[in-house]
Amino acid sequence: MANPRTVEVSAIADAVARLCGEANLYLPEDVRQAFIQAQSDEESPVGREVLGRLLENADIAAAEKMAICQDCGLALVFIDLGQDVHLVGGDLTEAVNQGVARGYEDYYLRKSACGVFTRANTGDNTPCMIYLRIVPGDQVHLWVVPKGGGSENMSKVFLLTPAVGRSGVKKAVLDTVIAAGPNPCPPIILAVAVGGTFEDAALRAKRTLLHELDWVNPDPEAAELEKELFEEVNKLGIGPAGLGGSTTCLRVFVDLKASHIASLPVSVNLQCHAARHKEAAL
Amino acid sequence: MSELIKLTPPLSDQDVVALKAGDKVLVSGTIYTGRDAAHKRMVDALAEGKELPIDLRGAMIYYVGPTPAPPGRVIGAAGPTSSYRMDAYAPTLMAQGLKAMIGKGRRSQEVKDAMALHKAVYLAAIGGAGALMAQCIKQAEVIAYPELGPEAVRRLVVEDMPLFVVNDVQGGDLYEQGREAYSRI
Repeated sequence: MANPRTVEVSAIADAVARLCGEANLYLPEDVRQAFIQAQSDEESPVGREVLGRLLENADIAAAEKMAICQDCGLALVFIDLGQDVHLVGGDLTEAVNQGVARGYEDYYLRKSACGVFTRANTGDNTPCMIYLRIVPGDQVHLWVVPKGGGSENMSKVFLLTPAVGRSGVKKAVLDTVIAAGPNPCPPIILAVAVGGTFEDAALRAKRTLLHELDWVNPDPEAAELEKELFEEVNKLGIGPAGLGGSTTCLRVFVDLKASHIASLPVSVNLQCHAARHKEAAL
Repeated sequence: MSELIKLTPPLSDQDVVALKAGDKVLVSGTIYTGRDAAHKRMVDALAEGKELPIDLRGAMIYYVGPTPAPPGRVIGAAGPTSSYRMDAYAPTLMAQGLKAMIGKGRRSQEVKDAMALHKAVYLAAIGGAGALMAQCIKQAEVIAYPELGPEAVRRLVVEDMPLFVVNDVQGGDLYEQGREAYSRI
């Protein structure tokens, strides 16, 4: 049996703080490449102009160390914790929240967390959302995904009847994108999970946002659905910033899983074009 | 779609009526910020017969909650937020003379009707282009509700802020027109 590797939770807090900053200041390279590709594919002149402005925006943000978008989101922190790791030095949840609070302060990021009824800002963008998995190995893998409110508000979970089948799932996804229209800051990343349960589908859809945009889905059934949805969503005409065009989504991710014989859960999570994600391994 | 139209508030009825969905606009001068919480405060104040912190006659309100200003900057990232959340309040402010709203995303039919009635216009900034929009903002000052933090009302002085006319007083809607032009379904 391997000896456990010791990791200080303060090191995790430091990494989370840095990832919050870097995720919000620097557009990921995969998203930048997707903008450039979309610029050459886009049919609408206004759409091409919007994509050009988004590239310019990313350059300014990086040069001035200013957030790409003023909605620096709630911080989603995904942790894959190796089962041979022994965490020491305090409470993991507290440490991660301290990292988020420090990152949002030190990098001049907007604090967007507030009480649901008072609407009073908590002041430090906590609580963050922590999604923990135990995995083989002796590493701690961290991802920070700042998730903006505009795109999150347009997301949906459906509990469909199995009779509607594959075409019913596609209709639910397309209806969600049509209803969202210009609101979620297109071109979007479309994250879809089918199967599992109510909460499992929502989390799996969100988790696909950790992939690079050129990730190849190893599940051929999911990959086929991704391809079909990508083509159909980009025929909707919504376009960059919703001003009309042939680029409504940059990528579709699909995650399929078995479901209960009575159920067909579908989660459709929309991510804006400021598809921020940053990872580190400790 | 016309070439760039320069606008400087306060706007007149004439300025607003001339704008058509799809027009590209550059705004310079003084505008105000406000989002959900500030709108609620202003509408509540009017209901109680109190004065508003800003003169809305001819005014433009930008739906934005900026990031804190990094050292040496007047403001942080300052792109538009989703406008539909202000739909419940916007007609009341238009009745007070508000002439233009800047945001992103669709408006309700009630807001579009109020725009026709009060001669007001809805302009879109590019969502997610917060750092780019910050370049147009030359001065920023919190003038009301400082306790709201990012949601406080700010007076901004802007220069050549690039916007698209989405909803005009004749009922034109760039989101609908744009989608229809490129829809392949």
